[in-house]
Amino acid sequence: MSTSPDHLGLAGFDSAGAPHASSGAYNWPDAGGHFGPYGGMFVPETLMHPLEELRTAYERYMADPQFQAELDADLQDYVGRPSPLYHAERWSRELGGAQIFLKREDLNHTGAHKVNNTIGQALLARRMGKTRIIAETGAGQHGVASATVAARLGLECVVYMGEVDIARQEANVYRMRLLGARVVSVTSGSRTLKDALNEAMRDWVTNIDNTFYIIGTVAGPHPYPAMVRDFQAVIGREARAQMLARSGRLPDALVACVGGGSNAIGLFYPFIGDEGVAIYGVEAAGDGLQTGRHAAPLCAGRPGVLHGNRTYLMEDNHGQIVETHSISAGLDYPGVGPEHAWLKDSGRARYDSVTDDEALRAFHHLTRTEGIIPALESSHALAYVHKLAPTMRKDQTIIVNLSGRGDKDMHTVASHDGLVL
Amino acid sequence: MSRIAARFEQLRDRGRTALIPFVTAGDPSAAVTVPLMHAMVAAGVDLIELGVPFSDPIADGPVIQRATERALAQGVSLDDVLDMVRQFREQDTETPVILMGYLNPIEVMGYETFAVAAHGAGLDGALIVDVPPEEGHTLVEMLKTQGLDLVYLLAPTSTESRIARIGAVASGFVYYVSVKGVTGAGNLDTAAVAEKVGLIKSLIRLPVGVGFGINNPETAASVARVADAVIVGSAIVSRIEALAATPELIPEAVAEFLTGLRQAIDEVDAHVA
Ligand SMILES: Cc1ncc(COP(=O)(O)O)c(C=O)c1O
Repeated sequence: MSTSPDHLGLAGFDSAGAPHASSGAYNWPDAGGHFGPYGGMFVPETLMHPLEELRTAYERYMADPQFQAELDADLQDYVGRPSPLYHAERWSRELGGAQIFLKREDLNHTGAHKVNNTIGQALLARRMGKTRIIAETGAGQHGVASATVAARLGLECVVYMGEVDIARQEANVYRMRLLGARVVSVTSGSRTLKDALNEAMRDWVTNIDNTFYIIGTVAGPHPYPAMVRDFQAVIGREARAQMLARSGRLPDALVACVGGGSNAIGLFYPFIGDEGVAIYGVEAAGDGLQTGRHAAPLCAGRPGVLHGNRTYLMEDNHGQIVETHSISAGLDYPGVGPEHAWLKDSGRARYDSVTDDEALRAFHHLTRTEGIIPALESSHALAYVHKLAPTMRKDQTIIVNLSGRGDKDMHTVASHDGLVL
Repeated sequence: MSRIAARFEQLRDRGRTALIPFVTAGDPSAAVTVPLMHAMVAAGVDLIELGVPFSDPIADGPVIQRATERALAQGVSLDDVLDMVRQFREQDTETPVILMGYLNPIEVMGYETFAVAAHGAGLDGALIVDVPPEEGHTLVEMLKTQGLDLVYLLAPTSTESRIARIGAVASGFVYYVSVKGVTGAGNLDTAAVAEKVGLIKSLIRLPVGVGFGINNPETAASVARVADAVIVGSAIVSRIEALAATPELIPEAVAEFLTGLRQAIDEVDAHVA
């Protein structure tokens, strides 16, 4: 089963069709980047060869011990890994059910899981001789993580960000500028994350010779969903080993929020073969699924093609992508990584959603009971734990991915509480 | 033989390079599009590309993005665009029409439903920007069953082996994207285009159209020297945008611009002949 710490995603590139279909092991994607009917490479011809070059470089360096050693050293000394697996005893007692463990990605350098991926992709960019990196960002966390690694490696960095997100994530915009990145305000379409991604793709197609596009989540065309997953899978590998070392057994459940799905797949992936481990992804229900004002394509959308892959989308009856809503900018995206679409259809993972209000209550609750201020994105996972933990026995365990810290969300939470900072 | 193949055969016999305009269907309003198509035919175009508006046009520059937003603001859907083709066919059964757009509206309609409806409307083919041959097999089959061509793109980044492979599955014609970039980009490098089109023609039998970055008679003429078709989009769409408040003036203004391009291309054709 696919639980060894190796980068298992690579094997799928070697064969066409359903990888290892006969052995029954989970080994997606196939050679074309498909997860069942999802994923793939739905991009203009200009990008096909560059994506092929990226895939080749990625496969080569992921199998290169020197690259791996450099990546591991950076994750340890620069990011601060391994991140702790913290037993939230007081919170667990209050909820009165399962024992809850927080995977502390909030303690990473730059304050979220995003940096696990940007470190990896930036090292790859340097190996490929690219001098300029571009990124899209919603909450600004991926933009900050990209600007950070660009500063460290001396690469030029341009970050595309929707005008709406720039207004609600001012502090992160300033951080990116301090780090030397140019933040470009995107004014097309809904002026949020999806439009920032559109604009980054347009930049990439124009500047392909010297530019590396660091996508911030497990979306986009192949090889991005697999590559970003493999860089984020360090979360699940650590958590698995930490839980085994602590209790001698695997957790009973995993919970993570799902925007594009990178922190979630990072935690889930190393456990996919562990059939006894229940897997829950939590989408943003915004004002409530029934209002239409949400960002929950897996729970309330349907399959379509956007940003280079086939996946669940929020779209109208004519195939136009519709505007999403979530209090958390990092979850405000109408699509979701194709591997989640496949995990949903195959039944291996379950996807549910929580509203803005539920996420805010969980935000305050964790802050007061554990002295940890979570990101609003992560608060969606916490809110789901509020529902799940009480249904489980006290000797059972849940690992929840605390994907980021809440510093960036002070203004949003304060204004929701009627305060101006 | 498909209407597209027949048209290119005719053009070859007459030693004429095709002029292909692109306009976004429903820009600035649905009522403009069909009269505009007829006016463009009268100005000497040989095939028409109709853009299907999509909310996330990743391959388009600002000019066509704005056209898309104007059309979407009118609620123009894929069904509406097919209706426009049907209306156009009431008067013109000769000029090939292809749709250019993105996959998702077709995904939602369903490939087979789309192919049947497109055939019924009198459409001749489709160029789906985000469908490379790797992802196109099912769509190609559905379209073929209805006698429609799937036109593929080639790019400066396409390797020889890709060009050959695409040639093996493309039909109608192939569309060479002359620059690394989005629609409306400038700085088309004529020498580089000539070289790449030469390579493409050595590997592919289909007619080769060249587009992206052709915005004046001079560039149109230099592309006509090497390509079978000159494709012009943003330069037309920006003229439409300038007249969005007085849509009744659009057909004539676009026709005038196209007449200039047609003349420049005809001069090259006469010279070559
Ligand atoms: C802290 C945090 N968690 C989660 C997300 C959502 O992204 P993903 O679903 O890719 O993990 C973001 C995105 O900005 C984030 O900043």
